[in-house]
Amino acid sequence: MVYGVIRLINFAHGEVFIAGAYAALSSILLTGGSGWPWWIALAAATTGALATCAVLGLAIDRVAYRPIRRAPRLNAFITAIGMSFFLQNALMLLYGATDRQFPSLIPHARWEVGGVSLTLMQLVIWAASGAMMVALHALVMRTKLGTAMRATAQDLIACALLGIPVNRIIAVTFAIGSACAALGGVLFGLNYGTINFHDGYLMGMKAFTAAVLGGIGNVQGAMVGGLVLGLLEALGAGYLSAQWKNVFAFVILVAMLLFKPTGLLGERVAERA
Amino acid sequence: MDTAAFNRRTIRWSFGAAAALALPLVHPNPYHLDVLTTALLYALLALGLNLIVGLTGLLHLGYAAFFAIGAYTYGLLNLHWGWPFWAGWLPAAAAAGLGGVCLGIPALRVRGDYLAIVTLGFGEIVRIAFTNLDRWTGGPNGLLGIAHPRLWLPGRGIVDFGVSSAPYYLLLCVTTSVVAGLCVRVSRSRIGRAWMAIREDELAAGCAGIPVLRLKLLAQGLGGAIAGLAGAVFAAKQGTITPDSFDFILSVMVLAMVVLGGLGSIRGAVAGALLLGSLPEILRGFEQYRMLLFGVSMIVIMRLRPEGLFGGARRRSAARAS
Repeated sequence: MVYGVIRLINFAHGEVFIAGAYAALSSILLTGGSGWPWWIALAAATTGALATCAVLGLAIDRVAYRPIRRAPRLNAFITAIGMSFFLQNALMLLYGATDRQFPSLIPHARWEVGGVSLTLMQLVIWAASGAMMVALHALVMRTKLGTAMRATAQDLIACALLGIPVNRIIAVTFAIGSACAALGGVLFGLNYGTINFHDGYLMGMKAFTAAVLGGIGNVQGAMVGGLVLGLLEALGAGYLSAQWKNVFAFVILVAMLLFKPTGLLGERVAERA
Repeated sequence: MDTAAFNRRTIRWSFGAAAALALPLVHPNPYHLDVLTTALLYALLALGLNLIVGLTGLLHLGYAAFFAIGAYTYGLLNLHWGWPFWAGWLPAAAAAGLGGVCLGIPALRVRGDYLAIVTLGFGEIVRIAFTNLDRWTGGPNGLLGIAHPRLWLPGRGIVDFGVSSAPYYLLLCVTTSVVAGLCVRVSRSRIGRAWMAIREDELAAGCAGIPVLRLKLLAQGLGGAIAGLAGAVFAAKQGTITPDSFDFILSVMVLAMVVLGGLGSIRGAVAGALLLGSLPEILRGFEQYRMLLFGVSMIVIMRLRPEGLFGGARRRSAARAS
């Protein structure tokens, strides 16, 4: 979404993702898990994380990216990388350099369904991701805001001429994108149990890979890309080798960019050199 | 060529060179020498990357891979076949240059942001490959026990460089000067001008008859070879190399040095490298905040002086937000 609108690879997106996890961690620690049912605590923590990261995204856009929006690519790139370093280090200073334990809120319930075992955690992750994707799709396709976002992605200057408050649209895009990242971060923390400030970078790269895989600038494409990438990576790790798991993401990325840069679902906006 | 200006410049450079070379004798502080040696290694890397990013305008985020190829090439040649440093140095550069060309070929098809991501991907793939192919590369532990260079000096016999920084400092001074001189000559030649044409407007350059693809590969090959030179020296000095030294952060740091110095400027690349290369040591007091400050300074520099130190007026108008 963000790339579609401002043509900048937001290197800091991965950091926002893991910041979401940390924010949820903080809010859970602060409230002490005071005897509330797990799903209320989880919902509250998630909401806190989403809100925090939305604000974080707005701040990043306002402080770092807006001033250089018209600058040449390389400068914007370096700024994004600088922001990524800054956030990584800030998180390290706030939360320590070692892995932090993420509270496992979801009770360990399992069911056997047709020879496959499902855990409650997996169901929660699927439900949350699915709900978010549906909501995002509805937002981008059916609301006025979504139309404005798509229009801005197509031609920023024309939109400005038509009276669309482009800066605000971009800010909102950032906020929504960051909130999505935050949700991902919370789910990540729940699933893997420990979080580290360094996890953001790798996930950010895979996020970009997924976006490119599906067709950059295309929201549905990003969803499809994410699913495909996840499946390919998991299958590859299972059948080929776990060590090379991360290489798969990069190899897929490189291959996609070389052979089908418009992605699986096709690029929404014209490719600019 | 104005003879008087030429003579003035030659005298200035000679003084500078003599001062730089005499440093270990005059001020033999091992810590300072060590910092300078690291900075000079970065300078070499920055010079190479400057050819790719600064002159030709190819946004390359995987430069550390060539550094790694050079280091591992010399390391493997030395450990498995006993090649001394002086014999392994050029093959290391050649291997890295070849790597540059090979990685450059698929990258010819993409531009701008996508090129950046592709090169980043290549950089990571190379690093992870070095980590995983432990039969050949020693895996995450890397290569150990790489020999230091040995030199025959009249009157002293065979001198092993050992672990002290002074001999490496001198070696790098000479190497960096030679490479910088080469870069200046190349940038002023037809090739350099063609590279700059590609940077400014690739389509127009192609229409003007410039063999764009070949020159892009040349830039990456040459840039990679310079990184290979640096890599071999790094391996020889450290004696031990691990894949973690060649990560994305290194690529970004070298890129930042080139941008800080001013894209395309040779002296800018060296200046940027010396500055940013010694910065971690200068900021040693702020150990924890190092990356933070580094990130902030990158953001601030892009905002305040996007053309870099030696960017020049022409670039300033192009680099500033319109």
